[in-house]
Amino acid sequence: MESFFARHKNATILAAVLTAQILGLATQIKRPTESGPVRLIRQWAVALVTPFGRGFVYSEHWVRHAWRDYIYLRGVHHENVELREQIERMRLEQIRMEQDAAQARRIQALLQFKEQYISQTVAAQVIGSSGSETSHLIYIDRGSNEGVEPNMAVITPEGIIGKVLRVYPSTSQVLEITDQTSGVGATLVKSRLQGILKGQPAGNPNLAYIMADESVVPGEDVITSGGDRIFPKGLPIGKVASVSPGRDLFLNVRVTPSANLSRLEEVLVITKITEKEADTKGLGPIRAADILAQRLPSVPDKPAGATPNSATGGAPQTPSSTGAGAPAASTPGAAAVPKPAVNAKPSAPVPGSASGKPVTAGTAASKPAASPTNGAAAKPKATQTQPAKPTVENPKPATSGEDTP
Amino acid sequence: MNTSYTSREQVEVYRFSWGVAVGVPLLVLFLQGFIPVRVSALRILDLPLVVTIFFAISRRNPITGLGTGCLIGLVQDALTQHPIGVNGIAKTVVGFLASSLGVKIDVEQPGSRFLLIYFFYLLHQLIYFGIMRGLANEPLIWRWGHQLLGALLDSLIGVVLFILLDRFKQRV
Repeated sequence: MESFFARHKNATILAAVLTAQILGLATQIKRPTESGPVRLIRQWAVALVTPFGRGFVYSEHWVRHAWRDYIYLRGVHHENVELREQIERMRLEQIRMEQDAAQARRIQALLQFKEQYISQTVAAQVIGSSGSETSHLIYIDRGSNEGVEPNMAVITPEGIIGKVLRVYPSTSQVLEITDQTSGVGATLVKSRLQGILKGQPAGNPNLAYIMADESVVPGEDVITSGGDRIFPKGLPIGKVASVSPGRDLFLNVRVTPSANLSRLEEVLVITKITEKEADTKGLGPIRAADILAQRLPSVPDKPAGATPNSATGGAPQTPSSTGAGAPAASTPGAAAVPKPAVNAKPSAPVPGSASGKPVTAGTAASKPAASPTNGAAAKPKATQTQPAKPTVENPKPATSGEDTP
Repeated sequence: MNTSYTSREQVEVYRFSWGVAVGVPLLVLFLQGFIPVRVSALRILDLPLVVTIFFAISRRNPITGLGTGCLIGLVQDALTQHPIGVNGIAKTVVGFLASSLGVKIDVEQPGSRFLLIYFFYLLHQLIYFGIMRGLANEPLIWRWGHQLLGALLDSLIGVVLFILLDRFKQRV
């Protein structure tokens, strides 16, 4: 026996090492939640490798800033002049947008919409990645010491990046939206179709669960739906790159991410999202039109005999679709959203956020026929052309009497 | 006497200082993670594999070879979200075979090194995909064109890297 091991020492050790690793692997697959030793190995590995990245990135920034701020100042004066002109133009635009925003907030307040505000973010540098083709993971230089926690959203001004997967004291792992284990609740801006953005083994992510009979146009913007409870609603994800028939009943919708995931340097981790009703202080008195809108027939809690398919007033609705401007909770696809939430990030407006949803919601309120949750939405058509009448002349237009104040 | 085509006396066996033995794999693991942040397409490279092969064929000791491959692979796995051991197993096998093969064939010429890295890259990927699909149940797609391109690039980089790393060799 001894001579056998002596003779096949190398092969025996190889078999032992391989067996140990296979057993370890099987244990991890059987129990996906990380136990002590696995977490410890990961922590050690991250602690071994990330200091290199941190040192390199910081040195690179130091050199780059020193060069740009103190040495290479060519064209700075000209750029300053251009920027000042741009500020003047933007000030004028801001005044107009403030008025629009104030109006939107008034309507939101009337509808008791809860807004999601990105109230706190942490800026982080990308210091590395997993380095594997099958794992789209990046490392950032902020961790639990800075308040980062698992499942926090990571974004750039261009679009979403991913979510925090694991957190270490001064480093965090971020799972990119292109990873095949990633999933993000997404909405197509124009058609308001909802699906789940899933990473693919190769190429751009796919917007899954869009029914084959829906019409999706390449170039259409895709934003977050908020249904995953990680990304606030309305953040840009990307654009539809291509649409083709899928294997099952669904379309194969490829999405090109807005953010340049192949070259990331700085990202923002959303560490706090607050949800509150629109602040109407200082917006002036509420107008008569708004009061009228408030008194119009609204949506009953449980429409008698209403089915999800009849929600759009006769138009068949697929599980992946929601009506434009609808409070999202009315459809199965948006059932995960507990409240009709509207993203309004004043500092960084995003497509489909405050400027999009509340306005359509307001429109829905003043036009009951357009309300997707209205079980008999086609009936009060007169209110579309004569918005003031329903409360006076037609107190029970189509919905139940309890709707009329 | 062993049965290799080249006798033990003719085969040069090298060793490395502790700094090189630890520092080079660490540096390469860092580069493997950092380069794709700047150039995403270079995820296709597997520099830790190149270093595993280099140390294995230089030391020409199967146990050291598999140990080096195992450690490098495990650290590489720990930096991903996948279970730890997939790269570990693949690189253990590569380290073992490379050191065994290093005794039998001439691995000092760029041509033979190129072919060696090319072959081991494909073998590594086969083992990796096999484990990921068979054990970890990950739906990976094997694309021959992509893998052959990866093997080509890795071999080219490997030949250059081998020349650089040759400077740290110390004859036993």
